[in-house]
Amino acid sequence: MATQHSRSIARLMIAPATILLLGWMLVPLTMTLYFSFRKYLPLRGGDLGWVGFDNYVRFISSSSFWPAVATTLIIVGGVLFITVVIGILLALLLDQPLWGQGVVRILVIAPFFVMPTVSGLVWKNMFMDPVNGFFAHMWRAFGAEPIQWLSQASLPSLVMIVSWQWLPFATLILLTAIQSLDSEQLEAAEMDGAKPLRRFWHIILPHLARAITVVVLIQTIFLLSIFAEIFVTTAGAFGTKTLTYLIFQRVLESQNVGLGSAGGVYAIILANIVAIFLMRIVGKNLDK
Amino acid sequence: MKQIQLNQVSKRFGVFEVIPPLDLEIEEGEFVVFVGPSGCGKSTLLRLIAGLEDVSGGQILINGEDTTTIPPANRGLAMVFQSYALYPHMSVRNNIAFPLRMAGLAKEEQNRRVEEAAKVLNLTDYLDRRPGQLSGGQRQRVAIGRAIVREPTAFLFDEPLSNLDAALRVGMRLEISELHKRLATTMIYVTHDQVEAMTMADKIVVLQAGFIEQVGSPLELYHNPRNTFVAGFIGSPRMNLLTGKQAENKGAHTIGIRPEHISISPKKGDWQGIVGVSEHLGSDTFLHVTSPDFDETLTVRASGEVELAYGDKVYLTPDLTHLHKFDDKGLRIK
Ligand SMILES: Nc1ncnc2c1ncn2[C@@H]1O[C@H](COP(=O)(O)OP(=O)(O)OP(=O)(O)O)[C@@H](O)[C@H]1O
Ligand SMILES: [Mg+2]
Repeated sequence: MATQHSRSIARLMIAPATILLLGWMLVPLTMTLYFSFRKYLPLRGGDLGWVGFDNYVRFISSSSFWPAVATTLIIVGGVLFITVVIGILLALLLDQPLWGQGVVRILVIAPFFVMPTVSGLVWKNMFMDPVNGFFAHMWRAFGAEPIQWLSQASLPSLVMIVSWQWLPFATLILLTAIQSLDSEQLEAAEMDGAKPLRRFWHIILPHLARAITVVVLIQTIFLLSIFAEIFVTTAGAFGTKTLTYLIFQRVLESQNVGLGSAGGVYAIILANIVAIFLMRIVGKNLDK
Repeated sequence: MKQIQLNQVSKRFGVFEVIPPLDLEIEEGEFVVFVGPSGCGKSTLLRLIAGLEDVSGGQILINGEDTTTIPPANRGLAMVFQSYALYPHMSVRNNIAFPLRMAGLAKEEQNRRVEEAAKVLNLTDYLDRRPGQLSGGQRQRVAIGRAIVREPTAFLFDEPLSNLDAALRVGMRLEISELHKRLATTMIYVTHDQVEAMTMADKIVVLQAGFIEQVGSPLELYHNPRNTFVAGFIGSPRMNLLTGKQAENKGAHTIGIRPEHISISPKKGDWQGIVGVSEHLGSDTFLHVTSPDFDETLTVRASGEVELAYGDKVYLTPDLTHLHKFDDKGLRIK
């Protein structure tokens, strides 16, 4: 890509892809923006015309708005924390030469192939069911009163389900990062007198910084929009209404497209705030 | 005083015996070079001494103390790795200070030692850089710096110069020798380059397939190789090892004569030959000569300005005082 000529050809070649992506992004975005300024009630009169910022004010002043933002952030933060921490531990474990390593690795990756709806239902009915769930049996086996997971501890339950789904992704990326660490560095640290814990802290963790950044950024994008897990477990009850779920309720349950679109714009803003925040904290690692 | 002593040390990887039981003694302050072809077990032997690898049998004594089961950090040895093994996310200063930090030294003492090492190694201007911003030679010096601040009983080097280009290698070779003279600390140095071995060592250990072929000073090995392997391995260009009738005439299965111990003349001499390719190095010329007396091609050193061309007929005369004789098992005949 050195010469003027090759550069302009390159531009020409990537133009179709750029235009397609731009359209892909711009069309829904403009439609969302357009509807967010209109009173549009499909079952109650259709498009009732221009309302200015009315939808925005109504969405933000609704009593569910701030709790939904908080719920979203708690779920995203909780899942990120759990997947990164347990992901690192699992990656360290899988990096050891252990018997049946190949099978164990496949088992660890398996949850990633389960659809969110299915995993949500499996967790709800087979593990967290207060009567027949596995956890209920376990609790009873120890003589304890089973927890009503999805109602009494709704947020932790959701964080647990979503973490289970995303753990393989984190583990896999972190494992490849650990495997790329030069073993001589660890041996050098060992000779320099660093005990295993300090080797982890001073050598392995800094080496993983970049991979952790990637995991956090990618997961955040997907976690901000989790939906199926909530839909099939609590359906937004017991304080598990995220911003995404709130928008769904406004558009489909209340049949208010305008209000939902305004919520969508808020969601975009929230995602950007989170992204800028993350970029500033962890994005520095990517420059190195 | 014997500082490092290996008694019947052996190493197996699974069923594969890399190092059969061997004995070795290293004196205090010595510069010992392990040399041998690739895969002969040099690194493995060094790692056994360092404690990075467990022995399969035998005993390692350091300063008279049995350290066979002591973890690497407590053996008082410092190692410089082939890949340098610097910590990429730390500045040069923190890299060098790392062992001191792990040992829990006071901050001022750490700084003092780091500054001192940096001065010795010409790294003062680079202390705040990352390893990624240094050249190969500078990285090597940082790795050495990290080793010397610990003030170890002995240094272990595993092919530290093999990633450097030829010119830098010569420079670093001198620096390491210089450092050894200054610190007077025992150094064990692994290389497969016999020039490094010859120029740096007080004592060379020639290894082949895990066996110690010979231990001795560079000149001892040069003048009295114990067998044909050592004879061929030490010296550059390698010794001519010749078999055939002429060898039998001298009462040996194989005779060895170094290129520098053969004189060449266009008129008369003991053996006849035809000049093949000649390599001019300026000061010397190495001629490859084929001779009807031997199956092997001979290498002969001549002065820089020889006037022999490809295909010329010549006569060769070996310097009999430097003729080595070996029996059919490759062992030296006294
Ligand atoms: N972890 C291991 N498992 C099995 N075999 C090994 C292991 N490490 C080394 N070996 C074998 O031991 C032998 C000696 O290896 P070593 O690394 O000591 O050679 P070396 O003399 O250092 O060679 P080089 O000059 O190429 O570095 C080799 O044949 C190698 O294949
Ligand atoms: Mg080696």
